[in-house]
This record gives sequence, C-alpha cells and structure tokens, in this order.
Amino acid sequence: MKAMPDNTLAARYSARRRRNGVATILAYGATAFGLGWLVLILGALLWKGFSGLSIAVFTEMTPPPGSAGGLLNPIAGSLMLTVVAVLIGTPIGILAGTYMAEYGRYDRLSSVVRFINDILLSAPSIVVGLFIYEIMVAPMGHFSGWAGGVALSVLVIPVVVRTTEDMLTLVPNALREAATSIGLPRALSITHICYRAARAGMVTGVLLAVARISGETAPLLFTSLNNQFWSTNFNAPISSLPVVIFQFALSPYKDWQALAWTGALIITMAVLALSITARALVPSGKQS
Amino acid sequence: MALSDRIVVPAQALARTKALNRFRIGDKVFQRLTRAAAIGVLLLLSGVIVSLISGSLPAFRTFGLSFLFSQRWNPVTEIFGALPAIYGTVLTSFIAMLIAVPVGLLIAFFLTELCPQWLRRPIGIAIELLAGIPSIIYGIWGLFVFAPFLQATLQPFLINTLGNVPGIAPLFAGPPYGIGLLTSGLILAIMVLPFVTSITRDVFEAVPAVLKEAAYGLGCTTWEVVRNVVMPYARVGIIGGVMLALGRALGETMAVTFVIGNAHRISPSILAPGTTISATIANEFTEAVGDLYTSALIALGLILFVITFIVLACARYMLMRIERRIG
Repeated sequence: MKAMPDNTLAARYSARRRRNGVATILAYGATAFGLGWLVLILGALLWKGFSGLSIAVFTEMTPPPGSAGGLLNPIAGSLMLTVVAVLIGTPIGILAGTYMAEYGRYDRLSSVVRFINDILLSAPSIVVGLFIYEIMVAPMGHFSGWAGGVALSVLVIPVVVRTTEDMLTLVPNALREAATSIGLPRALSITHICYRAARAGMVTGVLLAVARISGETAPLLFTSLNNQFWSTNFNAPISSLPVVIFQFALSPYKDWQALAWTGALIITMAVLALSITARALVPSGKQS
Repeated sequence: MALSDRIVVPAQALARTKALNRFRIGDKVFQRLTRAAAIGVLLLLSGVIVSLISGSLPAFRTFGLSFLFSQRWNPVTEIFGALPAIYGTVLTSFIAMLIAVPVGLLIAFFLTELCPQWLRRPIGIAIELLAGIPSIIYGIWGLFVFAPFLQATLQPFLINTLGNVPGIAPLFAGPPYGIGLLTSGLILAIMVLPFVTSITRDVFEAVPAVLKEAAYGLGCTTWEVVRNVVMPYARVGIIGGVMLALGRALGETMAVTFVIGNAHRISPSILAPGTTISATIANEFTEAVGDLYTSALIALGLILFVITFIVLACARYMLMRIERRIG
C-alpha cells in the first residue's frame, strides 16, 4: 500500500468508524421496530379484547346484532374442525415423512416430494380453499364441516411431513443397525425404535401444525362457511372462530366488533401458547 | 420323548416361517403405505393445479387472454378482467418487500453480530412469534388500530410533502382514506418481516467463522465484515429467503382483505383503495352468483397460484443451493 499522509488516514479511519456507528444504530433501531409491532399488536389485543372476556363468552352462542352473547359455537366448531384436520393430516404426513427419511432417503421420489412439500408449506391458503370447494363443496352441492376439515388437513400435511422427516433424519443410524442386528424387520424398527427416538420432535410438528391452522380463515370461508347456531353436524355448514371474527369485525355493530376482538384475543393466546409449548418440547437442537 | 421332539421341531420351524412371513409382509405393506403417502403429497399439488385449471376454463373460454389484461370487473354484466387485482397484489407485495427486506437484514445483522449472547434466543423467539400470529389478527388490528392511525398521521404527511413533489405527486394524490394499497403493503411488511429475519439470520450464522475472523483480523469494522464478507457469502440464501417472504406476501389473504378497500380499479395513487387477487376471492366468492362469476374468481386463484408457485420454486431452489454448500 502506498504511504498516505496522516490526516487522510485519520479521516478515512473516522469515516469508517462513523459508517459502522450508523449501521449499528440502524440495526438497533430495526430490532426495536420489529419488536415494537409485537408489543403494539399484543397490546391492542389485550386492551380491546380483555374487557369483553367473561364466562358468557364460553357459554353462550353468537348473538344476533344488538343483543348479548358469546362465542361458544364458533369455539366448539373450531375445535372440531381442528381435530378432524389433525386426524386426517397427521397419519398421511407422518407416513410420507417416514418414507422420505427411512425408505427413500436418497431416491429421486423423496427429493421431488421434498421440493413439492416445501412449496405446499407456503402456498396461499385461499387457493387450498378453492381446491376443496372444487372437489368437495361443488360436487356435494352444499358447504360442510367435512370440507372445512379436509381443507385444514391440506395445510397440516406439509408441516407434519417436514418435521417428521427432519426429526427421523436426526435419529442416529446406530439405533437402526442395532435393531436390524437383533433381527427386527424394518417396519418394526421404524415404528418401535425410530418413532420413539424422534417422538418429541414429531409431537412438536403436530403442535406447530395445529398452531398454523387454528387461525386460518381463508380456506374456511367457502368450505365450512359459518353457522349462527350450535351445530355438530359435519354435513352442514359449521361455525368457526376465525370466520366469525371476520364477519363480526366487518359488521357495523359495536357488540359484534367487541366480540370479534375477544375472539381474536382467544385465538392469539391459544396460538402463542401452542408455539411456545412446541418450542419448549424440542430440547436444544435447531428446528425449522 | 423322542417322539414329541420329532413333532415339536417342525411345528416350531413352521411357526418361525410363519412369523418371518408375517414380518416380511408387514414390512412390505408398511413400505408401500409410506410410499403411497409420499406420492399422495405429489397428487395433492397436482390435484390443486388440475382443479383450478378445470374450474377456470369457462372464464378463459369466454374472455381468452384478455382476462389477464382487462381492467373491467362487472359482476352485473358478467364482464371480468384480472388486471386491477394482479396490479394490487404485485404493488402491495412490492411495498412490503421494500420495507421488510432492509429491516429484516438489519435485524439479522443485530442478532448475529451485535446482540449479547443471552439476549439472542429471547429476541429471536419474539420475532418468530410475530410470524405465529394468525393473519386475521393483523387484519382486525389493521382495520381498527393501524388504518385510523395512518389516516391521521402518515397519510396527511405524505400528501402534504411528497404529494407536492413534481413527478411523484400522483402517487400520493387523493384524500387519506386510511385503508388502501399503502396500508395493506405496510401490514404485509410487518407480517413477512419475521420470515426475512429468521432465514437471513440462519444463513448469516452459516458463514464460516474463519472468514469473519480473518476480516476482523485485518481490522475491519463490524459493519464492514457484514457488508463485505457475510452478505456476499450468504447472497444466494438471502435471495432465497426474500423470495420465500415474497411468496407469502403475494398469497396473504385475511390481513389484506380487511384494509384494501376492495375497489376494482387501477389508480396511480398508492393511498387509494384497491384490491388484490386473494382479497377479491375472499370477499366475493360466497356471494358469486352464476357459473361465469365463480369461474372468473377461480381463474384469479389459478393466476395467484402460478405466480406464487414460480416465486416459491425459485426460493426453494436457491435455499437448496446454499444448503448443499453448507452441508
């Protein structure tokens, strides 16, 4: 390097320090900005939703405009839809993940499925709603709880596939070899050894999937639709919390809007509790 | 004794062969089952594509390719064009990325280089909680809290300052509605910020420590290390993460539906109400009467799916490339 006069060097040095200082301040600012939204949104939810929280919310049906009521039927509907979605989606997801991690870890099918699954993972959920409308609602001729459950299960599958595959890949091969050496067939070594070793991670996957679907509105809008009344009939439209929030929040009635905020608070707390539990379940390893 | 031995041994052998056979069959069945499930995932995606194409055929048959370029959307006369929705989708996502990418990169910079060790995990989790909040919550918050706030503060400010600058004035013309394209873009920015942050943080962390240490050893400042060593090394991963976030922003429905205003027109002002593909479907699908109307909405869904599919496929391809390099 050429020798430079001292004052230019010093000027350059302080310019570099200044630039570093500016970048550092910006980075701190950006982090505060990002965390600020979390605080603002949760704050608004608590502020607006907490005042409406009462026993009636959990014991009474959705009211007609202008009278008091609760959110019992949408809460029950959401729970039922979630159960159906998990019951359909989890076995398929676990089996597919098992194939990719155990039988076909290096074959072409697995890498194609992995690619497609990753795309399904972030595909727009409203498109899933349209898909289920086309294959279930339109042929059956009416909206139904089943259609809503299946639509949500389409969102469950990719999450479960991904975590199952990741967690099974983490199981040490020595375990599989030990199982094979005592004569255990492959299927048993997977179900009795690998699943057990990867159980915490696989449960996490299911919890994350539940967290993901419990706030989903778009795929339910034209599959399970909505129901003003108590209904457990899955062949008919069924009420769900997100759809009720959508309908009530956009209505001009003050009581409906207040109920929407309360519902929003309930969903958010449930989702946050689920995702924190899921995180706590995974010991220290990385998760996707 | 000898006799019973002679009888028992074949029986045992028989039982053993039976058990072995059962194992073999069980194994085969289980393998087929898992394989079928894996193929099922592929069928799911092809099913989505096929059903969207078949559902949108009537619309494309009626309007042809002009469906993509027409601005008119009139359910009464059954004339439909997708351009305003496509425009709104692209513009709101663009606004979102314009904000979320630099902020997300800076947060990743903070988390990997500046943040004290004990604070990293809590802040990382907090940012990821933002990603966990359901989109309908962003929607209701956007409608009742954020939009009125913008209507009272940012939007009048923009109209009074940038609205007078020649050249870009039309972008900020019109009254401050509160809701509109800009509001939607800002909410999308908040929503995709965690995606950008967590992926860029992961690729930043994957940069080999020796490279950074060498740069520090030469006397680089923290910012110079990030700017000249970390970011070039992680470039592919960053682009992949950004495209993944873009895919989310393009397809996001509920948060946008609340605050977009649902107006089928293209106005030069970003403060004006507009619509996006997903918001149009969410708002109008259950009320759509007539096969052509329904079909036009499904065609919109097909367009959205094709756009996000391309974006997400590129994102995954790039992330796979960087994973291969690390692994």
